[in-house]
Amino acid sequence: MISIFVFSLFPSLSCFTNQKAFTDHYLLLHISLSLSFSSAFLLFLVPNKSKRFRFFPLKFALQRARKIGMAEEETELSEEQRKEIAKWFLLNAPAGEIQYVAKDLKSVLNDDDVYNEAVSEAFPVYNKSHMICLEMPGRFGDVLVTSYGELQDNEYLDPKTAQVAIVDHVKQVCTEVRPATDEELPSPYIEEYRCALDIEMSKYVGEAYPKGFCSVYCTNGKDVEGPGSDFELVVVISAARLSPQNFCNGSWRSIWNIEFKDDIQILELKGKLQVGAHYFEEGNVQLDARHECKDSTLFQSPDDSAVSIATIIRHHETEYLASLEASYLNLPDTTFKDLRRKLPVTRTLFPWHNTSQFSLTREISKELGIGK
Amino acid sequence: MEAAMGLMRRMPPRHSETALSALLSLLPQHSSDLLSQVDLPLQVLCDVDNGKEFILCEYNRDADSYRSPWSNKYHPPLEDGPYPSSELRKLEIEANDIFAIYRDQYYEGGISSVYMWEDDNEGFVACFLIKKDGSKTGHGRRGCLEEGAWDAIHVIEVGPEEEGTTRYCLTSTVMLSLTTDDESSGSFSLSGSLRRQMNMKLSVADGHLCNMGKMIEEMEGKLRNSLDQVYFGKTREMVCTLRPPAEVAQMRLPDS
Repeated sequence: MISIFVFSLFPSLSCFTNQKAFTDHYLLLHISLSLSFSSAFLLFLVPNKSKRFRFFPLKFALQRARKIGMAEEETELSEEQRKEIAKWFLLNAPAGEIQYVAKDLKSVLNDDDVYNEAVSEAFPVYNKSHMICLEMPGRFGDVLVTSYGELQDNEYLDPKTAQVAIVDHVKQVCTEVRPATDEELPSPYIEEYRCALDIEMSKYVGEAYPKGFCSVYCTNGKDVEGPGSDFELVVVISAARLSPQNFCNGSWRSIWNIEFKDDIQILELKGKLQVGAHYFEEGNVQLDARHECKDSTLFQSPDDSAVSIATIIRHHETEYLASLEASYLNLPDTTFKDLRRKLPVTRTLFPWHNTSQFSLTREISKELGIGK
Repeated sequence: MEAAMGLMRRMPPRHSETALSALLSLLPQHSSDLLSQVDLPLQVLCDVDNGKEFILCEYNRDADSYRSPWSNKYHPPLEDGPYPSSELRKLEIEANDIFAIYRDQYYEGGISSVYMWEDDNEGFVACFLIKKDGSKTGHGRRGCLEEGAWDAIHVIEVGPEEEGTTRYCLTSTVMLSLTTDDESSGSFSLSGSLRRQMNMKLSVADGHLCNMGKMIEEMEGKLRNSLDQVYFGKTREMVCTLRPPAEVAQMRLPDS
């Protein structure tokens, strides 16, 4: 055995000077047979690590290595492809985990250039879609990083304080703050509505979310001077609970688009709610829940509209939370049961018997028409 | 390699196949480790001889062909693939039959397969697989799941018999995902994977199948409960922490 091992090492050493081999996702593949021989041996020799060892009989590995030795082409991954893969990992990181994913990714990629490029492209997208909340230096409070408030690649408006935050996406911090210019802010007419709504929403969010933040932006018609035109505001609520030491993270994101329709004097609301949670102690379980809803109300004065909108949003979000609770309650009895029952219909454990006895039992149960 | 496993723990379980492909292409030198440590949802093929479906995994595979537990033939046909010995094959046949009944009792549908092969320690290894599609278009009896999948992989290493007892070492992985979707509450999707181990020394009097079957049943029960109460429970707790239900909110002081 040892001599074969040693023997197989020689050709495999020469193999290392060749190009790296690549696999498609169903084959353990190396160019040279000898390399696979030695790795098969290595699999056999690796000591048992309690949780992760998966036994792979040597005989099989060798036979497979022989079969696989016949031709599969190498496909070399371009830098561009590696970058795209890296971005995919970053963008799919659960809330609050992108830094951990980035760290692991850096080690897997082993290529700082590709890593840096991927990171600089993926982080802004992730930050905006997760609507992360950053503290602004200078006691201005917090700013939400969203596509609605984006003025430039890394400049984000905080309408509440009329400040613009300059943000480092990769480090996920706000590096400096400057006052917003008049062009960046909505007109006084719009601002009346925006501000009233902001105040109402902040009250709501402060009560309903232990750690939530909200912002109201004008997404359409920000230069409208007075009644007679339509405009649109968007309310963004972002709450995250990050507890990595407990292996648990979660986030709630709501986006409410409100169209102020001047001609029919109606406000139309469209809400998109998204909740995510990730628990990963000795496992990996994730929740991804989404909901869309609509409502409408009358176009009133800024203060009255604000109260009306906040009431509607509060109502829908509370209802949604209740339906999430209901989904969870249903799990054990219905939804989960469709996958696997807790016990068979007989309400007893399966009657394993001595095998020879079982064959007999099976004959009987077949006769009686029960079982399979 | 640790970093790769770290990534797998954070990616959404429903995308584990994509994640594994990506890792394999980034880390080809670790492909054997990755393939043996990361589990993917199971694939199925149909046995041409009898029309029954069987589950594909690394344990019934040789190159690109898979051995069916029903006919013991490789699909697509292979000239000299490995086969279990005739004695082990008998046990394998019996295991498949009994496991199918077990599967029906607990899963009310689904597909199961058992593969066995000798190992070099005078014992053998058995791999029990179950795949259930619980969606309303699949085998979901109650029709509430838009999408639902349960994949269970149980690998038992059976040691040689020593003085009337045998050591069994079970490594189980369960992967599951479920999605409900309706008008009033939108889409709700939970997915996850867990892996556990169990070691037991049991008397051979009852036979291998009985011993292995009981271990698997116990393990599946534990995993199911764990998933339900601990894992799903934790995500539910998280949702309530993010936004406590209305009654709680009203009781709080206004400026807390």
